[in-house]
Amino acid sequence: MSQPTPASATPPGGHLLDLRDLHVEFRTQEGVAKVINGVSYHLDAGETLAVLGESGSGKSVTAQAIMGILDSPPAHISAGQIRYRGRDLLSLPEEQRRQVRGKEIAMIFQDALSALNPVFPVGWQIGETLRQRLGMSRADARRRVVELMELVQIPAASTRLGDYPHQFSGGMRQRVMIAMALAMEPKVLIADEPTTALDVTVQAQIMDLLADLRRDLDMAMILITHDLGVVADVADRIAVMYAGRIVEHADVRSLYRAPAHPYTKGLLNSIPRLDQRGGKLATIRGLPPNLMRIPSGCPFHPRCPYAQQVCVDVVPHDLVLGDGRTSACHFAQEVRDDRTS
Amino acid sequence: MSERSDVGRLRKPSSLAGDAWRDLRRKPIFWISLALVLLVTAMAAAPGLFTSNDPTDCALSRQHAAPSGGALFGYDFQGCDTYARAVYGARASLLVGALSALFTGAIALLVGMLAGYFGGWVDAVLSRVIDIVLGIPLLLAAIVLLKRVSVDSATVRLTAVIFVLAVLGWTTAARVVRSSVISARQQDYVAAARMLGAGNGRIMWRHILPNTLAPAIVVLTIALGTFIAAEATLSFLGIGLREPTISWGIDINSGRVHMRESATPLVVPSTFLALTVLAFIMLGDAIRDAFDPKLR
Amino acid sequence: MFRFIVRRLLQMIVAFFGTTLIVYALMFAGQGDPIQALAGERPVTEAQRAYLTEKYHLDATGVGGFFYRYFDYLSNLLRGDLGESLTGRSIGDILAAAWPVTIKLALIAIAVAVIFGVTAGVLAGIRRASIFDNATLLLTLLVLGIPTIVLAPLAQYYLGVRWQLFPPTAGADPDFYALLLPGIVLGSLSLATALRLTRTSVAENLRADYVRTARSKGLPRRRVVSVHVLRNSLIPVITFLGVELGNLMSGAIITEGVFNIPGVGFNLFRGIRTEDGPLVVGIVSVLVVVYLVANLVVDILYAVLDPRIRYE
Repeated sequence: MSQPTPASATPPGGHLLDLRDLHVEFRTQEGVAKVINGVSYHLDAGETLAVLGESGSGKSVTAQAIMGILDSPPAHISAGQIRYRGRDLLSLPEEQRRQVRGKEIAMIFQDALSALNPVFPVGWQIGETLRQRLGMSRADARRRVVELMELVQIPAASTRLGDYPHQFSGGMRQRVMIAMALAMEPKVLIADEPTTALDVTVQAQIMDLLADLRRDLDMAMILITHDLGVVADVADRIAVMYAGRIVEHADVRSLYRAPAHPYTKGLLNSIPRLDQRGGKLATIRGLPPNLMRIPSGCPFHPRCPYAQQVCVDVVPHDLVLGDGRTSACHFAQEVRDDRTS
Repeated sequence: MSERSDVGRLRKPSSLAGDAWRDLRRKPIFWISLALVLLVTAMAAAPGLFTSNDPTDCALSRQHAAPSGGALFGYDFQGCDTYARAVYGARASLLVGALSALFTGAIALLVGMLAGYFGGWVDAVLSRVIDIVLGIPLLLAAIVLLKRVSVDSATVRLTAVIFVLAVLGWTTAARVVRSSVISARQQDYVAAARMLGAGNGRIMWRHILPNTLAPAIVVLTIALGTFIAAEATLSFLGIGLREPTISWGIDINSGRVHMRESATPLVVPSTFLALTVLAFIMLGDAIRDAFDPKLR
Repeated sequence: MFRFIVRRLLQMIVAFFGTTLIVYALMFAGQGDPIQALAGERPVTEAQRAYLTEKYHLDATGVGGFFYRYFDYLSNLLRGDLGESLTGRSIGDILAAAWPVTIKLALIAIAVAVIFGVTAGVLAGIRRASIFDNATLLLTLLVLGIPTIVLAPLAQYYLGVRWQLFPPTAGADPDFYALLLPGIVLGSLSLATALRLTRTSVAENLRADYVRTARSKGLPRRRVVSVHVLRNSLIPVITFLGVELGNLMSGAIITEGVFNIPGVGFNLFRGIRTEDGPLVVGIVSVLVVVYLVANLVVDILYAVLDPRIRYE
């Protein structure tokens, strides 16, 4: 694990990837759902950022906005910037945007069975970009595909090129996805819940593989997950999302030691722990908000044990807590220093 | 994709039927086809309201004569009033269509309910039967069956056509009923009813039947249109209804034979038939779209 | 793949016996005078009566007799011996002359359905809810709702007789031009169904997860649609067209009858009109077999196209 980078430090030449105040709406017949409401985060070369949140918090939508693969309609990016190496991707024409996809920023998805095309052999799918975008010959592409499959530790790679996705096990399929994402040697890898659909034992293998590959290939990684347990060993920094906002942003150790947002605290408390047997597992009361009617003030206030009148009236801004930590809570200091729960 | 499904979940809860009705009300196709269906039903029930001429009053002296005295579209080869015959033709078509759909519905509900509710070997056997009947080309089987009816009595031929269409045409509806029974059976309230000690018959009648009615009615509305077309086709071929019954299929065939002399006796019953079939199919299609808006 | 084909073949054999038994039973079971039933209302000569009795073993009675006759009928069918029509011509010869015409007509109809139906369906699927999409939906609904007995005579009258754009009837040895209008009429129904099927399939596949993956690989939209989406969307369309080709060969009764095309359907049409029982029985039996074989071919085609089925 590399040294945690303070969130505030900006390297010379700017961040590798820099999201600024991103807003995304889904415009449907039933109304407008505000899915992303001012998300800002950044990623530097070689680091791993974990984006954490329940389903519906907007973490996957943010990733798809970065990739430029949101379905539009209904999705609509209403404000913000996504800067990659200093260029705002959102202002690029589609053709230049496409050049970035796969080659600079690649993505792997949650459910590899549906994310892979069922009617093409996996070798064909991994090699497609090599032939189409790099103009490799069939033979060269084939050699490279075998290399990639060996890189992600698929046994007997050269004999499995012609197999179809449904002939692989869940873990092996996810490896195929990863090999496909690595084909163009991207600088940034976005992994959207890469282990959620897998068995627990396989989950650990895939996480280890991703961490190793990130280090060996010197990529930066955004790891999207709802599972705090997955994050601790792999990530450098964590951004916690709730109702389309980042509510807390900190390096892994400080966040685990002393969460500074009641929502993060709730998430941490709801992890089953071996050292506290017999006790009742804590949960966060209530449900995530309806994104068409986000509560006034702090969107978390209806579920928050610390809530006061100010939380209902005023939207909290990011509070800088030192060491580059931020928390979007009126009582961030108190929450961080409150060790009672 | 978790985000997207969550947005779907955020829709405000409202009843399916209410949504469907609101959707339907805004569709001109729904109103047009409904109006046509009502019009042709009125024609079948009381043809005298639409024409004062007798469709069986034919005279060769008026062969292909021009329109006159209530005969809006003139006279056909036999010297009968083309318009009056088209009006009176609605009765046979609608009778065959409605009764076939009714019997089809009864068979489909019975088979689909048994197969879907009991599952297991009952389902296996019944599904096989559905496959086999579905595998018999409808027109060919109808030809073979109706060839055996050599009687010319109007009632016998009418019954035979309805019987043939019902026996061959129930499979699609049965499949629809079966799958909606299967999905209804898995609902929590059915499990609850069973735990409270309700018997199979009661559960089927009270809890599952209501769930299958909407999709069944949609399929049967479309089937009604298809049956009307099938009746006309069989009568056109000479193996369905026969003279003296007045049927669009018979008139289209005789109009076709003499179209070089006068096309109106072909065009008029053709238009009546096409509009009627279209009306039922469009009505069913509009209702289905309203109930199942996934692909709109 | 091999095991799959063998299994399907066995299923087809079962279906073949089931279907022919049903058809045979429909034709002959519980008959008062089976010979009169075959001949309809025509007077039957002594020679015909003797021929039919021998041909269908009508002197054997009871359930045993029924099955004896059924297997005799089946073996004749498999040997290609369909007997003679009431006019004394060999039914095998009639069919041999009629098949090429019917196949030509069916191929024209399928070509029409593929060229216009699939193309328009892909466009409508990509531009769902556009004006083009709604217009094609309405048009196909019209086509689906108009019975062939309306479409065929009206097309013949307006396009053939009145405006003389096409030959109104085909005649004894029809060329491509004479078959074009009937082919379009025959294909219009398949066109409409193929269009709707393609549209739904394309629209569904466009929202599939693998499309998102293909886009995230940085492939141009053109390639995502024409390779990834199309390859998946066309599986149901191609199988539909396969079944439809089988249908068209037997479903051309009206079209061939109206346009006077001397194909299989025309002969069946004439057989019904002239109440020629043996001719109708012979042709229907062959058509049922054609239909079954078409279904088998489609099943195998499906497995070739969809690897998930192939390796079941």
